[in-house]
Order: sequence, then C-alpha cells, then structure tokens
Amino acid sequence: MIAARPLLTLLLSLLALMGNTAFGALHDVHEGDSIQAAVEAAEPGDTIRVHPGIYRETVYVDKDDITLRGVVEEGEWPTLEGDKQLNDAILYSGNGFTVEWFKITHYKGNAIMGQAGNNFSIRNNWIIDTGVYGIFPEFGENGLIENNVLSGIEDAAIYVGMCDYIDVRNNHVFENVAGIEIENSRHALVEGNIARDNTGGILVFITPGLPIKTSYDAIVRRNTVINNNTPNFAIPGSLVSTIPAGTGIIVNSGDDVVIEDNIITGNNTAGIIVTSQDFATGVAGDPASDPNPDRVQILDNVMFNNGNDPATDVKALMLTQFSTTGPDILAYKGAAEAERESCVSRKSAYRTFGLEEWGDCTSPTVRAADAVGSAPALAGTTRDVTTKMLPEPATPRVITVDANGAKLVYQGICAGCHTYNIRMIGPPVMAIKAQYGEDASAIASYIAAPEKKRPDFPTMPPQDHLSEAMRLEVAKYMLTLNK
Amino acid sequence: MRLLTVCLLALVLGRAATAGEFVLSAYCPPALRLDDAGNCVLHSQYQAYASLYDKGVGGLKTGLPPVRDGFTPQQIDLGRYLFFDPLLSADGSIACSSCHDPERGFSDGQARSIGVQGTPLQRSAPSLWNVAFMQRLLWDGSKASLEEQLQGPLYAAEEMGGNPQKLLAALRGNAHYRQLFSSAFNDDSLDLAQIYTALAAFESSLISLNSRYDLYAHGVHSALTGPEKEGLNVFRSFVARCAECHTPPLFTNQQIAVLGVPEAEGRPLDPGAAATSGDDSQRGGFRVPSLRNVALTAPYMHAGNFDSLREAAAFYTGGRGHAVPEGENLNLHWHIWDPELSDSELDRLVDFLMALTDQSFLPEIPKTVPSGLPPGRAPGLAPPGTHALHSHPVTEFDHEALP
Repeated sequence: MIAARPLLTLLLSLLALMGNTAFGALHDVHEGDSIQAAVEAAEPGDTIRVHPGIYRETVYVDKDDITLRGVVEEGEWPTLEGDKQLNDAILYSGNGFTVEWFKITHYKGNAIMGQAGNNFSIRNNWIIDTGVYGIFPEFGENGLIENNVLSGIEDAAIYVGMCDYIDVRNNHVFENVAGIEIENSRHALVEGNIARDNTGGILVFITPGLPIKTSYDAIVRRNTVINNNTPNFAIPGSLVSTIPAGTGIIVNSGDDVVIEDNIITGNNTAGIIVTSQDFATGVAGDPASDPNPDRVQILDNVMFNNGNDPATDVKALMLTQFSTTGPDILAYKGAAEAERESCVSRKSAYRTFGLEEWGDCTSPTVRAADAVGSAPALAGTTRDVTTKMLPEPATPRVITVDANGAKLVYQGICAGCHTYNIRMIGPPVMAIKAQYGEDASAIASYIAAPEKKRPDFPTMPPQDHLSEAMRLEVAKYMLTLNK
Repeated sequence: MRLLTVCLLALVLGRAATAGEFVLSAYCPPALRLDDAGNCVLHSQYQAYASLYDKGVGGLKTGLPPVRDGFTPQQIDLGRYLFFDPLLSADGSIACSSCHDPERGFSDGQARSIGVQGTPLQRSAPSLWNVAFMQRLLWDGSKASLEEQLQGPLYAAEEMGGNPQKLLAALRGNAHYRQLFSSAFNDDSLDLAQIYTALAAFESSLISLNSRYDLYAHGVHSALTGPEKEGLNVFRSFVARCAECHTPPLFTNQQIAVLGVPEAEGRPLDPGAAATSGDDSQRGGFRVPSLRNVALTAPYMHAGNFDSLREAAAFYTGGRGHAVPEGENLNLHWHIWDPELSDSELDRLVDFLMALTDQSFLPEIPKTVPSGLPPGRAPGLAPPGTHALHSHPVTEFDHEALP
C-alpha cells in the first residue's frame, strides 16, 4: 500500500498532464475493422487504439481532441497500406489531434495531412513511400512532430506549410527528396533530427503565390545533416525538383533563421545554401512575397567534407574562385548582400562563397531571433529556447451556446427564410412572436421536428442538427428581434 | 390584436412600393444585421473561428477573410435597383444583371458574355456570390475594390459602353433616382461616388455560406452524403490538391495561378494577369475563383469552354501543360500535375462541388426599375413575372393569416 500511493500520485499527475483526453472513451480497432468507423463513433476526448494488422483506408478526422494510437506488439505494427491506390492515409482538420505509433506506406498523396488543425501531435510514426509528402500539417498553429521515421518520399518527408509555433524534433528522415521543409511558416524549432541521404536535408522556404507570404523565426539546431546526395527524384514542376542534390540545409528567402550546433557533413554540393528566390526558377511572380532572406544567423556548427561533387550551377560559381569543390556555406545572389543583415560565427573555420558582406554573429549588436516568452540571454545563441510551441493551446473554435452564438446561427441559417415583417419562405418573425408570445422553449422544440402548420407556407426543414440548448438560445434570440 | 394589426399594416406599407414610386428598404438583407449605427454588418457562424493572419484560408473551421460590409439598408437597396437597371448602359439594352443574373449564380450561362455591341467579350462573367470577401477582382485580379472594378464594365465600349458624364446625366434626369439617392445618402448631389458605393453595397450583400458543406464544417457530419464526403476527401487530398488553391472557407486562396487552361477553339492565348501586372512570369495566370455556388455557373474557366463541372475537373487530370499552345513557356503552378484521378473520383468531386450550392440569401429581382426599362436578365431568362424564379418571392405579409 505504501508503495502504491506514490504510484497513484504519479498516475494522477500523468492523467492531469494528458488533459481531457485521458478521460475520454477508448475504442479498440482490430484487423478487419474500420478505423474510420471508430472515428465516427468517437467523441472529442476519445482515443482510438489500433491493434497490429493491415488497414487499407483513408482515415479523416473532422472532430476535435481525437487520438489515434497504434498498438505495437512484438514488433508488429498497425499498418496503413495504400497499395499505391489510395490518396492519403490520414486527413485531419480538428484541433487537438494526436496520431502515434502507426506504420504508413504506399499512399499516393500523404501519410498524415492536416488542414487548419491546431494543437496537434504527430509522433513515433514509421512512414515509407507515401507519395508527395509524409507528414504535412498545413494552416496549423501549435504543433509537435516528434520521433517519426520517414523515407522514400518524393517531395518533403516532413513539410510544415503555412503554420505557426511548431516543433520538429528527433525525427529521422532519409532517402527522400527533401528531409524537412519549413515553408511560409513562422516560429519553428527544428531540433535533434537526423536528415541523411536525401536530395536536400533541411529547408526553410518562402514560396511565392501562397496566401500566407512569410517565413520567419526558425531555429535549426542540433540536427545531424549528412550525406544528402540522393539524386533528385521529385515530380517535374514541383518546387523541390530544382533542389541540387548534395545540399545539407537551404534557406530560400526565409527571414530570422538561426542555424546552430548542427553537424553538417558529406553533402556534396554545399553544407548550407542561403539564397533569394532567384535560386528556383519557373514560378510565377508574386509582388507580395519578399524574395530575399533577411537576418540569417549561422552560429557554431560542425561542418566538414561538404562540396565534394557540387551540382553544375554551384560548380560554376566555385570556379570563379578557382575551386572545383563546393563550400560549407554558400550565400547566393540577394542573400549575399549587406542589407540582408545576415551573419556567421567563426567564418574563417569554413569554406564559404558569397559571405563577404555578412557580419560576425558574435557581435552583440546582432539581434537574436524572437523567442516565445522570453528573449535569449545571449545575443546570437538560441540555446535557452526550449520550444516554439505556445504555452497555452490555440483558441478553441466553438460557436458558443449563448446569445452571441445564437445571433450567428440565426443570421447564418434562419435569416434565409425569416425576416422580421416580410413574408419570405417562412412566416415573418412578428407572426411567430404573435403565435408563441414569450415561449422560446416551444419554438425550440418545434424547430427540431417541424410539421406543416400554415397552408400557404412550405414545411420548415428540421434544425435538429443544433443542440437542444442552442435551439433554445436561437429561439430566445428570435424573440428579441423587433425590426 | 387590433393594435398589432395596425402596426403590421404600417410596417407593410413602409416597405412596399406603391405604383410609380420606389421606396428603399429599411432592412438589411439576410446574413447582414443592422448595427446600432444603422449599418448592415455580416453575421456568420464562421465568425466564431479564427484564421491565420486573418487570411481566411484553412480547413473546415476557419474564419473568413475581411469582409466589405457596413453599408446602410437603403444604400444596398438602391444598389439593387441600379444593378438591374439597363439605364446604366449606353443604349439601355443591358444592366449589370444581364451578365450577373441571380438565376445563373450571378453569372450568365454564357461562355463569354455579350456586351452592348452584341459581340462576345474576352472572358466569361465571374459569379458575384461572396464578392464581399475578395481582395482582388476580375479574372486577372487587377482591381482591388468593387468600386474600382465596376467602372470597368460600366465604361468599356464593348461592355456597357457608357461614360461617367452620360451615366450621371441619365440618373440625374430620372426623378425616381434623384429621390432614391437623396434618401440613401442624405445628400442631393447624386455623384459618381454614390453610384459606385450603392452598387458595391448591393454586391457585398450577396452572401452564400449556408450550404450543406457548411453544416458539415460546423460539425454536423450527417449533412453530407457518403459520396459527397468521399468527394471532400478527394478535393482536399494531396493527389487532387483542389483545396490547395480553392481553399476553404471561401474555396479560393485569392492568388494568381497559371494553370495552362485551353482557350476556346481558334482563340489566342489569353495573357491573363501578365497583361495588367506587367509581370511576364504571370502569363496565362488568373485569379483563383471561389467554388461556392459553382454548380450554378457553367460554363467554366475564363474562356468558358468547359460545359460541365465534370469536364472542368477532368482538365486537372489531363497532365501538366497538356493544353498549353506550342511555343508558350508558361510558369505553370506547381500543383498542376497529373493526379491520375479515376472516373469515380471525378464523379465524387462533382458530387462534393454540388454540395457547395446555397442560394438561401438570394435577393429579389425588382419587378420594375426606376428607368421603366425591363430589368436586365441573362440571355434566355424571361423578365420577372413571366418566369418562375427559383428565388424567395418577397410579398407583403398577409396579416389576416395571423392566429
């Protein structure tokens, strides 16, 4: 008993840490069952446990706070198998989505794709050859991508697109075109990942023509970026199809990027390329997109043995310096200009090209990248920044069950058929008020299952999609109308 | 009861136009609600949600981009009369509504619209649904506001063919309009800015955010059928990639995209955005149109040469650049590839697109307009009164029907 008590305390603390998800229901899915059926049965806060076996389906989660958890037993993984027939393995739009411990393979589009799901966790997944991307959160805020292993992806294995406040940690990405790509996103920490044997290891990009135009405040730290020399096998026309094989890290137009404490070796074109949008061609212009990378800081990194067999364009550049090997660091075109205010530490330790105008990062005048919460103690280093995720989850997206929510629902739905005093499809509100007086609850029950009441009006469509409480609020709101 | 009847009667008379007289509505169109300052402002369930940087792009529960609203009910209603009145064209033959007919999804059912000269224009008429949210207008995205945009068709020789002086003279010469402008603006100047404001006010009131898809987005998952949900998943998958540019909630990301869409037989390549922006890298680029109410606006694309949604969707699976004329080197959008969609996937996409239809806030077509001319309608659509309109007939409420 004495020993059990601390254990219980620990368990309770763990449950508290896990938030409301710990108190949801468990849904077990076994081979032969449908994961999607379990998602449909699940309520926010529930966990779906998927046991080992092969599952051939596209799972989509348009609810909040759902956890998809694979159960791995003696090396047997629950496997989502796309057979190169299915488009995406997992699509989610809800907030608070967690997916972990799945093997996902042979899809055509993505393994895991999010569209505007906030507060997500994607971890411990094993993803092989799932088409264009492996893990692709888009339009998401506050997310974690951790401990995933991805290979054989024809674009970016981990692609953070138009997101904010994202940590990408401890993933292993290999034999993809791009290992990790942070694109048109802000506040990202890319830390402790292994990016090896891709065409390009880690990318921080602004792509023109997207609705969210900026990429800034990214930390690329303590990653192992080695031997990214795989010939580019991207689909022609895709943006990464122009990445030269042999590139460790590319910053294309991203601003306020800190590259620190990485090991970058064996990349045959260059260790780090910082470039303006001149680098990628064949994209329509976008005047709202700033083509230049500003305030890039390359701090202490271990770099050697890069540039052994540079791509043609880089080789041509290096020949102007009478060298046939590529550099550790290359600043290309606009990225080389002094007005970019970029800097490098210990420049003399590396073989570089185009860094003549760059500053020295050890100078205290250099502004450190913004940290969430507090600024770094030392100008330059980011070592005290532990996360870019938000201290609190992103705002919930709910239509509140009160007068404010009721007003939105009334104007969004009811107002199409009812005006105050004019006959439209339904009777005017004044007629309804005359009939019901102050009895909002009678209206609330009527609209759940309407029957034909007035010979000269069509029967109202049922509004039972609204909760009982919301129906009452809407009815009360309707009765307040006086014009 | 009697008091109520009297009140009702007063209200009904306050709204109705008696013969030979036009009275502007004191009420906002649905979706909009009068605020304390007397302006009509949007209310939508989507306002309960945020969007990154207020861009109004994302997924199911994503907020809208900034909206043009805040016009008075009278300005909106005056705009409605102007919109349908052929007096705004040089020869009184067409109105805004001739190419943007409510019964054709605020387009006109034509591949290319017909102007006063009777010849087809360069491009098809874009729908006006939800135009209140568009940060750039026209197929080439070259106009930043409705007021700026609408001067194009008003004054282009081949469109409505007017000019500012003629337009002012026509409206100022009409006693009804003098009275209506004075009532809408509390000002007797009847100037061009007021005309543009009123038209913009009416166009901004055309809100469609209440489709079955929207119910699904708000969490009512039974609102879409199985095939429609399959279509949604094809639509947002990274194989078809439709949602990458036709991004919810408005089903457009409002960017310029170079698709390599074919022109009609025998027509030269339309340079699109490049012609107005001067940026040749945008050659063949067009503003991504919203897909809301898209089922109502065939034929499709800027050239209007796809007759059905199925054909329009199939364009994207024809291979990157398959319709680009020889000798053209366009900067095709990176999402244009060959997704190899199956026939059934294309069918499901069409199923889904049809679930985006919502005309619950369709405005009334006026029976008469101040000029006395027949209200402008799209080709083939009879004047109101002789044709059953699929809109909500707005009639005076019969107070005798009260219990």
